Amino acid sequence: MKLNGSEIIVKVLLENEVDTIFGYPGGCVLNIYDELYKNQDKITHYITAHEQGASHAADGYARATGKTGVVLATSGPGATNLVTGIATAYMDSVPMVAITGNVGSSLIGRDSFQEVYIAGITMPITKHNFVVRKIEDLADTLRQAFKIAISDRPGPVLVDIPKDITAAVAEYEPKPKQTVEKKSFIDGDNLAEIAEVINKAKKPVIFFGGGVKNSNAGDLIKKIIEKANIPATHTMMASGVLRYDMPENLGLLGMHGSVAANRTVNDSDVVITVASRFSDRVALSPDKFAKKATLIQIDIDQSEINKNVKVDYSVVGDAETVLGQLEKLIKENKHEDWFEKINSFRKDVPYSTGGNTIHPKQIMDILSEKAGEDGIFVTDVGQHQMWAAQYLHHVKAENFLTSGGLGTMGYGYGAAIGAAIGTGKSPVYHITGDGSFHMNMNEACTAVTYNVPVISICLNNNALGMVRQWQKIFYGQRYSASEPDRKTDYVKVAEGFGAKGYTCSTVEEFKAALDDAVNCGGPAWIECHIDREERVLPMIPGGGTVDDIIYE
Amino acid sequence: MKKTYLSVLVDNHEGVLTRLSSLFCQRGFNIDSLSVAATNDETLSRVTIATSGSEEEINQIINQTKKLYEYEGMFEIDPNDSLIRELLLVKVACDSKNRSGLLEISSIYKAKIIDVSVGSIVFELTGKPAKLDSYIQNLEGYTILEMCRTGATALQRGDVKMTK
Repeated sequence: MKLNGSEIIVKVLLENEVDTIFGYPGGCVLNIYDELYKNQDKITHYITAHEQGASHAADGYARATGKTGVVLATSGPGATNLVTGIATAYMDSVPMVAITGNVGSSLIGRDSFQEVYIAGITMPITKHNFVVRKIEDLADTLRQAFKIAISDRPGPVLVDIPKDITAAVAEYEPKPKQTVEKKSFIDGDNLAEIAEVINKAKKPVIFFGGGVKNSNAGDLIKKIIEKANIPATHTMMASGVLRYDMPENLGLLGMHGSVAANRTVNDSDVVITVASRFSDRVALSPDKFAKKATLIQIDIDQSEINKNVKVDYSVVGDAETVLGQLEKLIKENKHEDWFEKINSFRKDVPYSTGGNTIHPKQIMDILSEKAGEDGIFVTDVGQHQMWAAQYLHHVKAENFLTSGGLGTMGYGYGAAIGAAIGTGKSPVYHITGDGSFHMNMNEACTAVTYNVPVISICLNNNALGMVRQWQKIFYGQRYSASEPDRKTDYVKVAEGFGAKGYTCSTVEEFKAALDDAVNCGGPAWIECHIDREERVLPMIPGGGTVDDIIYE
Repeated sequence: MKKTYLSVLVDNHEGVLTRLSSLFCQRGFNIDSLSVAATNDETLSRVTIATSGSEEEINQIINQTKKLYEYEGMFEIDPNDSLIRELLLVKVACDSKNRSGLLEISSIYKAKIIDVSVGSIVFELTGKPAKLDSYIQNLEGYTILEMCRTGATALQRGDVKMTK
């Protein structure tokens, strides 16, 4: 059947069971938007305040649902506004298809109005990208994009489509949804040999990252932990894979990781690393990471093996399938002495409460209790993010959304909107700080337009807390540009957007505001005053080791 | 630091060279030289990259390159079992006083004269990059007016090493 480009785009979206997209219209995508108008019963399009918000919404949608997020933007500034959202998805391996319009083929390369070479701009932050030059290539290019986004290690793919292609006509033949098969053992050392190393270990530890989520390997990790009696620690991206209260779960590793996790890894004789890239926030000093241990690394991405930390054994393959095979070779075991030692490593960081502020831990405790085990939490970036990672009662991997790799301030609001729309859950909790919130708070209009039940909890210390914390510890308390004297009235601004607004300075006020916000069933902002001097602890300075942990 | 030649087969698409060089730039890998052209299978291009780094860096380069969607195949060229060649064109100033010396050096290297103008000669030399380096070194006493090199290109001896 003969269809025009815009019709083909919508058909391929439908082939891939896309029923939700985020975006913002403009000149070069008018044809596509006209087609979306005709198909609004099949695909719901959500317009955000800014394309960045749309890209984060597609990302949040993908992380919360496991489906591929789709974002659509016009040429030029529409496309460049996606860049931060695409890079965020790339660094955290989130499947996303970004479609951008471009000027007509005859205008390309002439610095035309709203023209930009977005394929060139996004080359380093996409798994792959395409410029569609011929209408005949359009359908298969889009299909490829969906396939690449989900294959092996997921990630974003961009397809740039000149305006004339969206109107040109070609033959369209329907094809089935793009799917991929999991790759089991691609390359690496003998699994029996690796199992032998694990079976002989006296002080083993499992350390896993976000890829465990993508590969649904959480249950197998749990099985191995219980079978062989091995403690585990994880990156921020893997929060919730294990229950927060599982005794073998030592919590976060790295810069703001638990003392127990960091000391356990440091003292271990075998580290089984699953789907983590040993980033500089985890292996702060790569040469000194688990110096006494035999390192085993399992990753779907061959280039991650030996990239940051040199390992002794490696397996390239999907975490779930590789662990499934490995689990059969691992013997039941007991490591009582080791756990006894680990218990001596445990150290709680003290905190004080009172005055005209609420302690961040109290906020996280109250939120965990209110949200229950199904609550979805989305963070921005900074101190509040670390407190959320440390103190929330994580129980499900897909319920904690955070920008771990790129560290994108302003990620949270859009992502929370995407997560709420994708899952239909009410409410979704957006935990933010006054710095991050100011970056994309304009998305309140999106939440109000569609009555998306996102509750934004803003930990307000009137400072860029994480920057200020570093300046306090490492820069002689010279608070350069980290104390903007903002006079934002959060209640008024929220109300101005048409959302509910609350401000609180005590636990009681916060609880009351939270109850009210949850009951209202729509978007709300809750400003919580916290102490400006509050720091994220424990902390290992960049490049440091367990010997450098700052406790108080 | 290890000097390595990589022979990479990629889809002959627009932008593939940009993608490859962007990857090298992004990750801080060296490109000492690079040559690229379509192969006998016109859907493929062969890129020969001369690069250098520690063994770990070379492994990273290889593994990152393999992730390119348009990647079709690659091998590290074994210098002992390969034919590595580069082309040099060099324009040297000369007059009646130094011409014979220049011709003598050039004939030792079997450099071909491809143009003679008033005051200059253009030589063409093909060979291993080291031979070209050595020839250029021996031209030190002369004035090189212009020069260009193609970068190395290479094939392994014997059986076909790599197809799509």
